[in-house]
Amino acid sequence: MIESRLDRPDDFYEALLESHRGLTSEQSHAFNARLILILANEVGRLDTLKAALAAAREGLDAP
Amino acid sequence: MIYRRAPEHGAADAVLHPVVVVGAGPVGLSLAIDLAQRGQRVLLLDSDHRLSTGSRAICFAKRTLEIWDRLGVGDAMVTKGVSWNVGRVFFGAAPLYQFDLLPEPGHERPAFINLQQFHAERHLVERAAALPNLDLRWDNHVSGLAVHDDHVELTLSTPDGPYTLRAGHLVACDGSRSTLRGLLGLETQGRVFHDRFLIADVHIEGELFPDGRAERWFWFDPPFHRGQSVLLHRQPDGQWRVDFQLGWDADPELEKRADRITPRVQALLRQGFGREVPFQLVWASVYTFACQRMASFRHGRVLFAGDAAHGVSPFGARGANSGVQDAENLAWKLAAVLRGDAPDALLDSYAREREAAADENLLHSTRSTDFITPKSEISRLFRDAVLQLAARHAFARQLVNSGRLSLPATLHASPLNTPDVDVFAGALCPGAPAADAPLRDAGRDTWLLRELGPGFTLLVFGDAPAWAVDATLLAVDGRTLVDVQGHAARRYDARPGTAYLLRPDGHVAARWRAPQAAQVAAAMTRALARS
Repeated sequence: MIESRLDRPDDFYEALLESHRGLTSEQSHAFNARLILILANEVGRLDTLKAALAAAREGLDAP
Repeated sequence: MIYRRAPEHGAADAVLHPVVVVGAGPVGLSLAIDLAQRGQRVLLLDSDHRLSTGSRAICFAKRTLEIWDRLGVGDAMVTKGVSWNVGRVFFGAAPLYQFDLLPEPGHERPAFINLQQFHAERHLVERAAALPNLDLRWDNHVSGLAVHDDHVELTLSTPDGPYTLRAGHLVACDGSRSTLRGLLGLETQGRVFHDRFLIADVHIEGELFPDGRAERWFWFDPPFHRGQSVLLHRQPDGQWRVDFQLGWDADPELEKRADRITPRVQALLRQGFGREVPFQLVWASVYTFACQRMASFRHGRVLFAGDAAHGVSPFGARGANSGVQDAENLAWKLAAVLRGDAPDALLDSYAREREAAADENLLHSTRSTDFITPKSEISRLFRDAVLQLAARHAFARQLVNSGRLSLPATLHASPLNTPDVDVFAGALCPGAPAADAPLRDAGRDTWLLRELGPGFTLLVFGDAPAWAVDATLLAVDGRTLVDVQGHAARRYDARPGTAYLLRPDGHVAARWRAPQAAQVAAAMTRALARS
């Protein structure tokens, strides 16, 4: 269970989608990859990042 | 509702009415009742002679109920309505999470009641009929409008033919397709959303929810309505409101047919509740919506309120609720101006405060709609990722947006607010609506909001000041008026000597740790736009 640390979730979500506005699908992929790398650097700690990678992967593998 | 020939019919000169309100829906009725209770003579006109058909608006928020308490109809609404606080969100067939809109004790009113709009209007019409200075005329359709410097001339079409009258001030509460807005050549601007929704009111014998509880249930992509959303609300009289998202390509005429709606409801009941439940379709409508508002809610002597001034999506119950807040904001100001207690500039503050409130409602409503109806491939990708993560992770639940439900606006930037000079914690800053709390008055249980005066109230914690104040004095002193559970002191971050000046609409005008008479007088002057 990852607890919330976002101070203004709705504002963040709107800003996230707004950042994608006008991008092609390929550009959006590139944007997401860059964003993940920037945020990973913000997080810093490898154990936290590995936990996040596992949480993101969960449910995506075929049962 | 009975049409009567107006006394002005055939009069040589047009009669001047100080205030004319057009539109006897929840907003126009609330405004007219409030003005009449404040001693004003009010004429309320409606273009037909019926209450609203179908249930239309159903979710009335705590703040609306508190306003209606002041108008003398709150108890009737709550007795008839279905009270609820909890919302439950599903993704597919699985419950995702639930939220409680009123998680703390010590409030008289629930977060919401569900009540068909025609029931709400009926209670308001009954209240209006009991006020001798409120003249409610049915079948009076405004067909002409001429704005002059000192009045507005109205031409009214009636079953007896047309007549004219004059209004000192005219308030348009005539809905999203406002006739008055059209007659003045004014527009609303904003975003139209490319999606269609079916609302169906169905009558069901027996219970759907466990223990007969009342909750708001919302499904993203349920198995009984793949790829779309569904919203379910319990209403009084064994009725349930179902809102099916249909998508932009749906044929509205086709989807309104009972033979199309019945299998949708059957699938919901069968797969959502695992039951074959007999039901009757009561009313249905297919709608689209826009998030928009007029650039200005005031045009000289003509003021706009409710859906006439602004429109939102239904997710969040921000339509009727914000309209009733418009009405309460305008009523005391118009009454003060008509009495000569405040300058005309006070009416400008109505427009400023309620335009800001409309912007807040539009922002929430637009975001909810963007989440429910993703408008691009990438927004759908993120939306679905949020829903998938929300099953396991609390952080993602905060991002799920099935509607951010109506809360009263805090009027942060209002020119009527006196900025804090003392340090306070908590939410009740200048501009915020007063919070309720249970009190005891000489052995009688009461509520803080019930004790507010009709005009300004100075709410004091501890002994009342020795000096005179031109407001109702409400001293929570621990002797006659007792803060039995300490909720009032907590909510108002109060210490002995703390005082709040509350406007007639219950919003905080100013607050102090230990005010002097001159400070209170100055704050009241400011709140009446006299300075």
